Amino acid sequence: MPRKSKEEWVKDVLEPALKRSPERQPGFSLTSGTEIQPLYTGEDLQGIDPEESLGYPGDYPFGRGIQPTMYRGRLWTMRQYSGFASAGESNRRYRYLLEQGQTGLSIAFDLPTQIGYDSDHPLARGEVGKVGVPIDTLRDMEALFQGIPLDRVSTSMTINATAPVLLAMYIALARRQGVDVARLDGTTQNDILKEYIARGTYIFPPEPSLRLTTDIFEYCGQNLPRWNTISISGYHIREAGSTAVQEIAFTLANGIAYVRAAIDRGLNVDDFASRLSFFFDAHNNLLEEVAKFRAARLLWAKIMKERFGAGEPRSCMLRFHTQTAGCSLTAQQPYNNIVRVAFQALAAVLGGTQSLHTNSYDEAYATPAEEAVTTALRTQQILAYESGVADSVDPLGGSWMVESLTRSLEEAARRYIDEIDSRGGALAAIEKGFQQREVQESSYRYQKEVEAESRVIVGVNKFVAPYSKIEGLLRVNPEEEKKQVDRLNRVKEERDPDDVAASLENLKKIARSPENTMPAFIRCVEACATVGEICDALREVFGVQKEFLIF
Amino acid sequence: MSRKKIRVLVAKPGLDGHDRGAKVVARALRDAGMEVIYTGIRQTPEMIVQTALQEDVDVIGLSCLSGAHMELFSEVVERLKQKGMGSVLVAAGGIIPEDDIPALEKIGIKAVFGSGAPTTEIVSAIEKLVKGT
Repeated sequence: MPRKSKEEWVKDVLEPALKRSPERQPGFSLTSGTEIQPLYTGEDLQGIDPEESLGYPGDYPFGRGIQPTMYRGRLWTMRQYSGFASAGESNRRYRYLLEQGQTGLSIAFDLPTQIGYDSDHPLARGEVGKVGVPIDTLRDMEALFQGIPLDRVSTSMTINATAPVLLAMYIALARRQGVDVARLDGTTQNDILKEYIARGTYIFPPEPSLRLTTDIFEYCGQNLPRWNTISISGYHIREAGSTAVQEIAFTLANGIAYVRAAIDRGLNVDDFASRLSFFFDAHNNLLEEVAKFRAARLLWAKIMKERFGAGEPRSCMLRFHTQTAGCSLTAQQPYNNIVRVAFQALAAVLGGTQSLHTNSYDEAYATPAEEAVTTALRTQQILAYESGVADSVDPLGGSWMVESLTRSLEEAARRYIDEIDSRGGALAAIEKGFQQREVQESSYRYQKEVEAESRVIVGVNKFVAPYSKIEGLLRVNPEEEKKQVDRLNRVKEERDPDDVAASLENLKKIARSPENTMPAFIRCVEACATVGEICDALREVFGVQKEFLIF
Repeated sequence: MSRKKIRVLVAKPGLDGHDRGAKVVARALRDAGMEVIYTGIRQTPEMIVQTALQEDVDVIGLSCLSGAHMELFSEVVERLKQKGMGSVLVAAGGIIPEDDIPALEKIGIKAVFGSGAPTTEIVSAIEKLVKGT
């Protein structure tokens, strides 16, 4: 039988068929607007040798995955982001999750801890223990990890402006547990630039903030060789409403700024680059998301090699954590969320994630209850052990559609990165509100599409039906705030005030000097200075940042 | 003289930085012909009431996704009363458990919009509330 070209197929077969019965909607597109073809064939990849442009797993440029064995060697780390009420309550939840087969910890801190206010600060009112665990002093950190040896677990901490304080506490706690800090394994998010774009937990202006980021790079390079010094995050940018392309472009542009800052400090790129990690969202469009993860890996590998002259393959590996899309969860018919999360988690696994958080079905209402978080963890376990998708490396590799989308996302993101370069880099663009404005436009467009019903959300704008309320939502007792303030006051009575004052003075002195601040942070937390006191000392030195408000 | 355009203050009380919803709603209200002032994030109830007073708004829309809504929204309503601004209509949205809605309505919040509420519904609810006063 003679072989038809795609063009001939369109003319001879597709078009007559469409005349008889048209497609079910006027067009199909990715989140970033790129049109999806009715069919992908080898012709869509003409001039490209996927095997060459992707590399083999574990080989530069890592398009097919960063490890030669991927999940055949070791499954991704199952890491549920968690923390609420108090250190004691959160400790119980962590131990429960570990008993249920979770393989790493992920600490959610409450907003006062993230923004550098103690639990008794007027601005902390109502927020203590709400979206995470309140940590005022090293005593709280001790309670948080009660019975959890730090050399036996890897711990990811979603902490940015106050990252050096919480990392200092983790180091101090390891010392108290008699654990060699060189063996500590985990991550500090430490990504302040995306806080200015989305999420909003910055404290200080960008310049001193970037200095603190780099201090962590340098200190960990010398003392905590297994620590992921940063988790450069697209998650929150996507949650704020960006497209998939914007998510990877803005994240990698931030990554470029961090690498540049560290090189400007005098660090050698191959000494710190392998400890950089990333964090992405897994949203609804399964194949677009798979392509996004692969495109991000390809882009980063080339950025590190071509732009920064990295020599070690490890420096070029984009290792990433994934969380399913919180913004896709619906309050309507909430049990549908279990299915959404499963598809999103599948995208993350097919995209080659190193660790994964699956959201709970009740999160359009509250932080998750135990039953909901257990279902979320089981979803990962079913994917890992039952679905078979973890049994071969990059199983979608070679799919014409996935390879086409990977290429298209990579090119579109590269154009955005060029645009940010031409605006003077990520920070200069943020200060002018470029990324924020782009994200806002996308989020508004998304909302309009939902309301015009051109984007279907099951249970929200189609298949709407009455649904029963979720029973047993997690509620944080308002008493927890009072109890936390009592604990804080007790620590303040017991500690040595001279020691605290001297440690804070020392921190200010070091902050004004070019020296690395990490040892000074450790001294402060060991004296039981509070997160608020430490941040106030730095506010005095660095000043505070107002919102780069774009509306 | 009756004013033509409805004036709305969209505000983010507390430390929550999730402003996607607030910004989308603010823009939808503006597109619907209202005059919209958006405060930005990290506002204290006191700051919000102060801005509402200065801007002479008809409506305040509060957004909070951190779970601190009971404390923060009540304080805004309290402070409005103290300033003699009890006639300013207060609406709210965010991650709010359904069980909290009656309590919020009891303290005087006129409408609560949860996740998934269309902006068209929010626009018409605000128009109706303002007409009703």
